[in-house]
Amino acid sequence: MAKPAVLTHPESLKRPAGPSEYAKDPVNASMSKAEKIALYTKMARIRHFEQRCIRIYQQGKIGGFLHLYVGQEAVAAGTISLLGKHDHIITGYRDHGHGLMVGMGMNECMAELTGRVTGCSQGKGGSMHYFAPDKNYWGGHGIVGGQAPLGTGLAYAVKYMGLKGSCLAYMGDGAVNQGAVHEAYNLAALWDLPMIFVIENNGYSMGTSQERSTAHPGCLAKRAEGYGMAWDVINGHDVYEVRAKTAIALKRAHEESKPTVLEIFTYRYFGHSMADPDKTYRDKEEIKEYREKKDPVLAFEQELLREKVLTAELSQQINDAAMAEADKAAVFADESPDPTVADITKHIYWEEDNRGPDTTSRGTIIFE
Amino acid sequence: MAVISYREALRAAMREELKRDDKVVIMGEEVAQFNGAYKVTEGLLKEFGPKRVVDTPISEAGFIGLGIGASMLGIRPVMELMFWSFSYVAFDQIVNNAGNIRYMSGGLINCPIVIRGPANGGTNVGATHSHTPEAILASHPGIKVVCPATPYDAKGLLKAAIRDNDPVYVMENTILYNDKGEVPDEDYIVPLGVADVKRVGTDLTIVAHGRAVITSLKAAEILEQEHGVSVEVVDLRSIRPLDEETILASVRKTHRALLVEENKPFCGVDAQVAYLIQSRAFDELDAPIHRVSSIDAPQIYCKRMEDQQLPDVNRVVREALKVLA
Ligand SMILES: Cc1ncc(C[n+]2csc(CCOP(=O)(O)OP(=O)(O)O)c2C)c(N)n1
Ligand SMILES: [Mg+2]
Repeated sequence: MAKPAVLTHPESLKRPAGPSEYAKDPVNASMSKAEKIALYTKMARIRHFEQRCIRIYQQGKIGGFLHLYVGQEAVAAGTISLLGKHDHIITGYRDHGHGLMVGMGMNECMAELTGRVTGCSQGKGGSMHYFAPDKNYWGGHGIVGGQAPLGTGLAYAVKYMGLKGSCLAYMGDGAVNQGAVHEAYNLAALWDLPMIFVIENNGYSMGTSQERSTAHPGCLAKRAEGYGMAWDVINGHDVYEVRAKTAIALKRAHEESKPTVLEIFTYRYFGHSMADPDKTYRDKEEIKEYREKKDPVLAFEQELLREKVLTAELSQQINDAAMAEADKAAVFADESPDPTVADITKHIYWEEDNRGPDTTSRGTIIFE
Repeated sequence: MAVISYREALRAAMREELKRDDKVVIMGEEVAQFNGAYKVTEGLLKEFGPKRVVDTPISEAGFIGLGIGASMLGIRPVMELMFWSFSYVAFDQIVNNAGNIRYMSGGLINCPIVIRGPANGGTNVGATHSHTPEAILASHPGIKVVCPATPYDAKGLLKAAIRDNDPVYVMENTILYNDKGEVPDEDYIVPLGVADVKRVGTDLTIVAHGRAVITSLKAAEILEQEHGVSVEVVDLRSIRPLDEETILASVRKTHRALLVEENKPFCGVDAQVAYLIQSRAFDELDAPIHRVSSIDAPQIYCKRMEDQQLPDVNRVVREALKVLA
């Protein structure tokens, strides 16, 4: 396999973690104290929500696949914190962090995981299929890479309607090898769509390291050059850097209607999903190294402590509140009812759910 | 005879065929170094090395297409799909290329590829991961489809599929992977297109495939114990080719038929089977044919409801009693 001569990684990733050199970037410097605290709070909420999920999964109340976002919080937090009214997002199955960032409640998120009718998708979607279109969040997609064309379509619609907006489509380092992603790249570039493809590069696709899955000229984002698209690489352990560099892409989308590929280097602390024993393809040492030296939530806490935006007490309060909120969500999920058998055949067709004098089709549409 | 699991039976089939024929190659996501997402290919990399057991990127259209191309030149790829649900991103390769190449070349090119992996609901993973495409794929002439229900059939059908010169799509079931059963130590195959009478009876024929066979056998037991009814269970094993004669012979004996499958009902496998019975054994029937299939909706996530959506033993018993009434 062709090994790249030089790996293109963000400069900051090569240095030991320390004060962020992006703190002074205008998008960060212009944040109020309250906004910074709110951003930190959101990251802490993702962390505690996910950790609470582990316990519920272990109690057998969450089934199927559960892909956790722990370690990757700064990616969703940094990018989504910049978005406005006409900016949309879409992602894969590792979708809880994005959901909480756009403002979904822990209750509806937790209840979805346990399959309750009070869940965001009424117990029909599950962990991999969160949706909140009212918050410009278009899912939650289980098929690797499938969201890339959809996101491109959202960007197309935004442009079509003459709105100053964009779409951010998130995917993993493994997803970049799906044909649909390449077709979406081409369309976004060809039609000058206000699109940002965000590659959340956590180094692995299931048990396959990036080197074993992907032929690449230095980094994954660089494939954008083949389509004449702008690209950048970002240290995903530093939420300020994520914001600073995403802001440039967002400006490009809003002002020039041009797409960008962003590769954000990050790391997942748990197995691919809860079904992955995580024993064979990476060292415990590697995980420890990331947890101890590059943790995005801790790093931002430190940053804000240094800036005297946070105090140790306030941080404690924020974390305690996030844990309490996750506990409450777990109780809510427990106490919520299941969907019913009659619900199984609802929400299949708009027309079936909206029968009235104006609906026109005839014939059997749901079969026995 | 050894008692082994369905998973081990599949692995044994691949192992033996890898040994027998050096053209056989195992390929798929996580099949080698990770030992398989469901551990079906566990140990094969170690035993046969990276030339024979190959990890792929998440590029189903690419690697399945590549396998089809390689098979045209005589390689015998056994491609694993982590789920048959992911075949949909490779649909053009699977249907248009593998299914048509022999026909369009006037018989000049063969496509001896095997694609295997689980195709089932019931595992609480939601609609995108719970597709059962056996009917969709079997509706294309040029393609063969099998759905083993037991370890014996899993091994025998997979070996037959690997030796077959046409594209054969093997649809497994993750819920069956740990099921155990007797499997001969010596080499054997289960020919494609041969159904198996899994239980002999006289009052009612249940036709099923895949895990629905296991559900039907449990229902047959209850029907016998609690209702004194003697049920024959015909396991199709192979969807295309379809063993029409075994189905008809059973119906001619019992005069009543219940068809059970985990597919959604519309254009399911059993729609074809029902047509077959009424067209060739109409006068033999003492009652209308009934079907039990999944409730007609995308797969629901909620596990409690998904268990209701799929055919379960109670539903099969209830419907059987209606056919017998
Ligand atoms: C088309 C398709 N193929 C395979 C899978 C199974 N699968 C789910 S996630 C995954 C790995 C994806 O890795 P990556 O893109 O790096 O994202 P990450 O999980 O690391 O966030 C695979 C192979 C799938 N869901 N869809
Ligand atoms: Mg990854």
